[in-house]
Amino acid sequence: MIMTTLTAACAFGVVAVLLLVLSYIAYQGITSLTFQFLIETPKPVGEGGGIGNAIVGSLILLGLASLVGIPFGIAVGTYLAEMGDGWFGTIVRFVADTMIGIPSIVFGVFVYALVVLQQGYFSTLAGCVALALIMIPIVTRTTEEMIRLVPKSMREGALALGAPQWRVTKDIVIPAAMTGIATGAMLSVARVLGETAPLLFTAFGSRFYNIYLDEPMASLTVQIYNYAISPFEEWHDKAWAATLVLVTLILLINIIVRFITRKKY
Amino acid sequence: MSSETTDNGLSDGEFSVAKPKQNNILGDKIFRFALTVCAAIILLIVLAMIAVMAQSSWLSLKEFGFGFLVGQVWDPVKGEFGALPFIYGTMVSAILALLIATPISIGVAVFLVEQAPKSLARPMAFLVELLAAIPSVVYGLWAIFVLAPILRVYVQPFLQKTLGFLPFFQGTATGIGMLTGGIILAIMITPIITAVVRDILEAVPVTQREASLALGATKWETTKIVLANASSGIAGAIVLGLGRAIGETMAITMIIGNRPQISASLFDPAYTIASVIANEFTEATGDLYLSALVEMGLILFLVTFIVNGLAKLLILSVARRTA
Repeated sequence: MIMTTLTAACAFGVVAVLLLVLSYIAYQGITSLTFQFLIETPKPVGEGGGIGNAIVGSLILLGLASLVGIPFGIAVGTYLAEMGDGWFGTIVRFVADTMIGIPSIVFGVFVYALVVLQQGYFSTLAGCVALALIMIPIVTRTTEEMIRLVPKSMREGALALGAPQWRVTKDIVIPAAMTGIATGAMLSVARVLGETAPLLFTAFGSRFYNIYLDEPMASLTVQIYNYAISPFEEWHDKAWAATLVLVTLILLINIIVRFITRKKY
Repeated sequence: MSSETTDNGLSDGEFSVAKPKQNNILGDKIFRFALTVCAAIILLIVLAMIAVMAQSSWLSLKEFGFGFLVGQVWDPVKGEFGALPFIYGTMVSAILALLIATPISIGVAVFLVEQAPKSLARPMAFLVELLAAIPSVVYGLWAIFVLAPILRVYVQPFLQKTLGFLPFFQGTATGIGMLTGGIILAIMITPIITAVVRDILEAVPVTQREASLALGATKWETTKIVLANASSGIAGAIVLGLGRAIGETMAITMIIGNRPQISASLFDPAYTIASVIANEFTEATGDLYLSALVEMGLILFLVTFIVNGLAKLLILSVARRTA
């Protein structure tokens, strides 16, 4: 009885922390959240300004990173599920799993040395590479899990009908696991949307709207960080409003994923 | 792929069967080769990370050698770089986080798996997982404006009054420092440890619980047996949490005070490896300075790689036994 009370207290306590954090973000963020704020670029203190370029920047960074990271992750995950039972597959699986736990700032350092130092300037491209590297192992892991859930009988049925292995995988197994793979990809997008550390010295941040790959690019998270550590009250309000936007996006993705997987299984 | 043109009869799960045999085999070979190359690239990425970071930190590696790990002075102006205060800050904040998060996480997992009714456990598990979805920078913001003031006004004076004779709770209560950093890390790793412990408890076969209950053990005694049998997996979960705590960057950078010092007091500001990289990387003037920061990144990479690998082995050992 006592133990049940204690464990229940732990569980409800943790949920309470979540609700506290979320409600405080909503309460603080809503006051400075205007349409103006969502489309303007950052301005000096006292002159307003917003996060328009940061929202666009985050979308561009995410879009390009997904373009590389998601297909690549799916390919590796497919390999691990369909032909990864040998020693090579075991090593790749182990490395991919371990990669998930590597701090995101390390990817930033790596990409800085690899791309930024060579080019001589911070760029959108460097930010995308860093984010893609973070996405790959996450997508790999979920893809493998989802493909392994596809019943063996489906594969055997297709093979028995004379389909070659690659068609079985491409046209039977992957479509059957598609919902799961897609939700895994969405979760990786949500995760990367919240990343700050790997962008600090790759995409760096910018005060202007930008669409060029070889220039620094603003992002929501870096903008929040810059607003948050400033000494100005007005900018703190902006940090909260930007946080409200960011967290809403991330929670939406998570809830949608939850909804999809619930219906399916 | 040449085989693509010879059969295009498959769509929407419909089958056309007749296909020339040799083309199939070629298709399979290409397919297998392409996927294997992708898998190999993952290994290449990790090797490239080590190589590139080692090369970029060569200057610092050569200049300081192993002394880098025990050097206590971090003075960019004089060109003296020692990592010990940062290693200390990282380890102490991570251990503090584990001390807080481990019992709570196990409690949550036990409640969700062993005690709560399914209708309550499922939504609750989802909410706990959502904690892990909140970005680090958001926790940092929240810590600066909510957690730190609470600690400064209520918690730290209380600790000082009751446990102030201990060296850990002396000094000025500013709300910014090791203690706050440890607490915010604890909040961030709790969902991770909980998720793994939950998976492990769910993997323990029902028969084990039934056997224990049939022998007359109470529900709690049964839970203790289940926990004991899963102990190496739980150790794995804790090590995984340690890995996350070591690598956490934004939240801890915003709250730990960023002063490279070794102080027994948990109220004092400290500095972590990840924080010094985040803070000083773009401002690093001079090759040696930059090189020292990249070496920090290399250390962080190697440590978390080993810690995560260890966690995975521990968790696997349970999965194998119960399978």
